[in-house]
Amino acid sequence: MDIAIKETHDDRCASAPPSWNNRRRRADRMMHWLFIGSAAFVSLIIFSIILFVGSQGLKTFADVSVLQFFSLDWTPSENKFGAGVFILGSFIVTGLALVLAVPFAVLGAVFMSKIAPNWMREIMRPATDLFVGIPSVVYGLVGLTTFVPIVGKLTGTAGFGVLPAALILAIMILPTILSVSEDAIRTLPGSLEEASYALGATRWQTIRKVLIPAATPGILTGVILGMGRAIGEAMAVQMVIGNAPLLPKGLGDPTSVLTTQIVKEMLNAPFGSTLSNSLFLMSLVLLLVSLSLILIIRIVARRRAV
Amino acid sequence: MNSKLTNRLATGMFWLVGLGILAILAWFLWHILSAGLPHISWKFLTKKPEEMLSGGGIGPQLFNSFYILALSLLFSIPFGVGAGIWLSEYAKKNRFTDLVRLATEMLASVPSIVFGLFGLLVFVTTLHMGYSIIGGALTLSLLNLPVLVRVTEETLRAVPDSYREASLALGATKWQTIRKVLLPTALPGLVTGITLVAGRALGESAILIFTAGVSVSRFAPDFNVMASGETLAVHLWYVRSEGLVPDATQIAEGTAALLVLVVLILNLVIALPSRFLQRKMAGKSS
Repeated sequence: MDIAIKETHDDRCASAPPSWNNRRRRADRMMHWLFIGSAAFVSLIIFSIILFVGSQGLKTFADVSVLQFFSLDWTPSENKFGAGVFILGSFIVTGLALVLAVPFAVLGAVFMSKIAPNWMREIMRPATDLFVGIPSVVYGLVGLTTFVPIVGKLTGTAGFGVLPAALILAIMILPTILSVSEDAIRTLPGSLEEASYALGATRWQTIRKVLIPAATPGILTGVILGMGRAIGEAMAVQMVIGNAPLLPKGLGDPTSVLTTQIVKEMLNAPFGSTLSNSLFLMSLVLLLVSLSLILIIRIVARRRAV
Repeated sequence: MNSKLTNRLATGMFWLVGLGILAILAWFLWHILSAGLPHISWKFLTKKPEEMLSGGGIGPQLFNSFYILALSLLFSIPFGVGAGIWLSEYAKKNRFTDLVRLATEMLASVPSIVFGLFGLLVFVTTLHMGYSIIGGALTLSLLNLPVLVRVTEETLRAVPDSYREASLALGATKWQTIRKVLLPTALPGLVTGITLVAGRALGESAILIFTAGVSVSRFAPDFNVMASGETLAVHLWYVRSEGLVPDATQIAEGTAALLVLVVLILNLVIALPSRFLQRKMAGKSS
């Protein structure tokens, strides 16, 4: 939406003295520069984050080879800094959370936009908004006090591990995926739905064959946003995952992901040590994954526009 | 006949999922509040925490939470709103604008723990602030910025063009138009956005562990920005995972209920006064 108003450079006003006009014009120009300055400043931050965190992280490679860093052996006391376990762990836990959350979120989004009566919608919308705002440590505490004992009883272990982490992440990302998908379905042109009904399709057929395929780019955006939130979540996961630098063999096994390992070791790692540097490198990996998710969303959105 | 039956079954399934989601959310809320509210008392809210004994409070953490929040908003609102104004009112379609948009979007996607490490590296270590309230507030303001930019741009874009045209036609400069017409009209939306940002910042923990630290100052309300400033969310995590006090679970549950209460109140605050402001600002004054 471009505004078709040109700046009036020649805004001389017959009644006002010239000095007043000059001051006005100077203030106008100064604010313009202040606004550009803030925009430039905000843009600069992300690049300085990449630069600072990246350069600190890359110092790891002075002591550890690239291959070693991506290996599966994390034993800092023996100078083995293989972060492969955590990278894999991040993707395993996030994938599991998505498997648990996406079906519910998409069905819930269809329900909210097409089936629910108005009063139900009036409850669901603020409720999902509220749940986006609940602090992650609170999710972690609930996971710790409810999911961990249940999983422990089911698997006969201490209960800390992949499954409670994925469950708590699934609840955390459900509102995000739900509200973005709901938006995508609600904003579809009504003619699509009408055409389908006119052909004699039932509501279920319309939803399955017309609405969900048409809203797929939007739903995908929601899923990727949820994935970004899940992979970057630290505190809630750290409280329930067990924090063992091992690959999990089953759903009840403790493991560690990128974020939780950083939380666990950073406070005790002397600044500048290889351990500290490798944690910075792990956060760089995390950052690059998140940024590539943004690029994917952009590509999906472009396809949606065509 | 068959398709009609499937349709009816599907409708049932959708209702089931919808009610199921609501049930999960309701259970979650009930679980936190019923476990935590009994632990909240005036003593709990004002007393200092204990290191080894039970019966500690969360007074300093409560103070630090709001102090750090206020400082972080103070740092981020001018830049965030300024950048939002620029994007909405000045930016032309060119490379620089695209870059600003992309950078803001990228900043919004940064995981909070990466912000935490950035703050640890830049503010805490390189600028020698140590684990401090100021280090935490500065890092936290980076988290606020992208949301503020987006909210400001969106609310300003929602102001009808006729407002701008009328103001410019009266001989106002662009800055006068922004200050006297656009910002007052957009104020309810801005307030809503800032409340959202505040709620998120208040519950943030991964950033503050590495920048504001996990301990509190010896003095109760300590306004010194160089003091270490553990917040409520950090305290909840700390007592539950590293704390030594015997009543860690009760303290954690009480703190969780308090945090959820604050989020609930903020959500109500969003709903109510923005309508009131809308009427007042868009009507007669200014």
